[in-house]
Amino acid sequence: MDRVPILKIGDILLVSIQLDMSDQTAVQLQEDLAERIVATGTHGVLIDITALDIVDSFVGRMLSTIASISKVLDAETVVVGMRPAVAITLVELGLSLNGIRTALNVERGMELIAARVDRDWLVDDTGPDGETTASR
Amino acid sequence: MALTAEESSRLIGLLRDHAERITQRWTEAVAAHLRGRLSQAELLRHVQDLHRSMINLGDQGLVDLDDQRAGELRAELSELSRGWARQGFSATETAVSVFALKDVLLDVMEIDSGASALRDWVSYSRLVDQMGLFTFESYVRTRESLIADQAEQLLELSTPVVKLWEGVVAVPLVGTLDSARAQVVMERLLQTLVDTGSPYAIIDITGVPAVDTQVAQHILKTVVAARLMGADCIISGIRPQIAQTIVALGIEFGDIATKASLADALRHVLRLTGVETGRRARRES
Repeated sequence: MDRVPILKIGDILLVSIQLDMSDQTAVQLQEDLAERIVATGTHGVLIDITALDIVDSFVGRMLSTIASISKVLDAETVVVGMRPAVAITLVELGLSLNGIRTALNVERGMELIAARVDRDWLVDDTGPDGETTASR
Repeated sequence: MALTAEESSRLIGLLRDHAERITQRWTEAVAAHLRGRLSQAELLRHVQDLHRSMINLGDQGLVDLDDQRAGELRAELSELSRGWARQGFSATETAVSVFALKDVLLDVMEIDSGASALRDWVSYSRLVDQMGLFTFESYVRTRESLIADQAEQLLELSTPVVKLWEGVVAVPLVGTLDSARAQVVMERLLQTLVDTGSPYAIIDITGVPAVDTQVAQHILKTVVAARLMGADCIISGIRPQIAQTIVALGIEFGDIATKASLADALRHVLRLTGVETGRRARRES
């Protein structure tokens, strides 16, 4: 069975979807990803859909589910590399991918997650450790 | 509606015997209509071409415009109307130039009128009518293709996507925004976002004369599509009148940032990206 590879880059997990998703691969990806998030303790998940020509309601729901799962595990999901044609189709279909953050490319997505992690660190460490955070 | 063999041969005989006079009269008749907007020599050339191809056609037997052997005559006629359509002559002027042949034929036939002259002339008239209609049709076709070409050029011309700053692109919309143009604008903008990797886009509607619900819908779709791709859109250039229309129509822009001018929008984006603008820096100091 086809499996979607999950790559770890620094503190981020990168999922690059290169094939047409079926029910099985989607479920497998969700399981694998949940495990990897827990194992690595990451705070950011990037899903690269550059290679996808078609994003239908099924893929849209899968992305939403992954985002929700990651959220529960305290990781932010960013979908990157959506093609213009895909975006137009989604808008025409009225699908808005609620609750999913998007970025133009992997680089921007990593910046987005890095900014979020920085912000959370600042929020978390207000108090006696405030000085060490500032020196970071 | 074709002429019979005898009628054809009589017509061709007529055309051949009075060649000089027919072309001369025909040219004069057309020239009178066009009032000197086309040179006499050029008119004469057109008329002679038509005259010659009619005779050529007659030599092959029946004179019939629908016949496949009439290709030369048809080509001649459509070339004439194409040329005139492009030069800005009206449809009537183009058609009348062919119909003028009727009067000329009548004129020529009166000289040696026979018993069946009238019947012949009616048949010839039908042929000339056919030629005229064909001319008219080619004229309209040429005009239509001209209009289609221009519409396409307009579409190409009127939707530039410009880079304002590092990571900021703008679309200055000018003119009425219909579905076709909105689609082109959307595709261009999204493609530019991908190509340049810009996370911000400004849609400037200063040049849009009126914003109705449909135009607003197109703009909103573009913004949502850009968001799906991970870019943020700002709408700028909303004139006071348009702001009133938008509110009156109950159009909701939701959490989309709207600014009065392109400058405001750019400043807003630069602030978001953390670039210090001169004005802000001065105020703080």
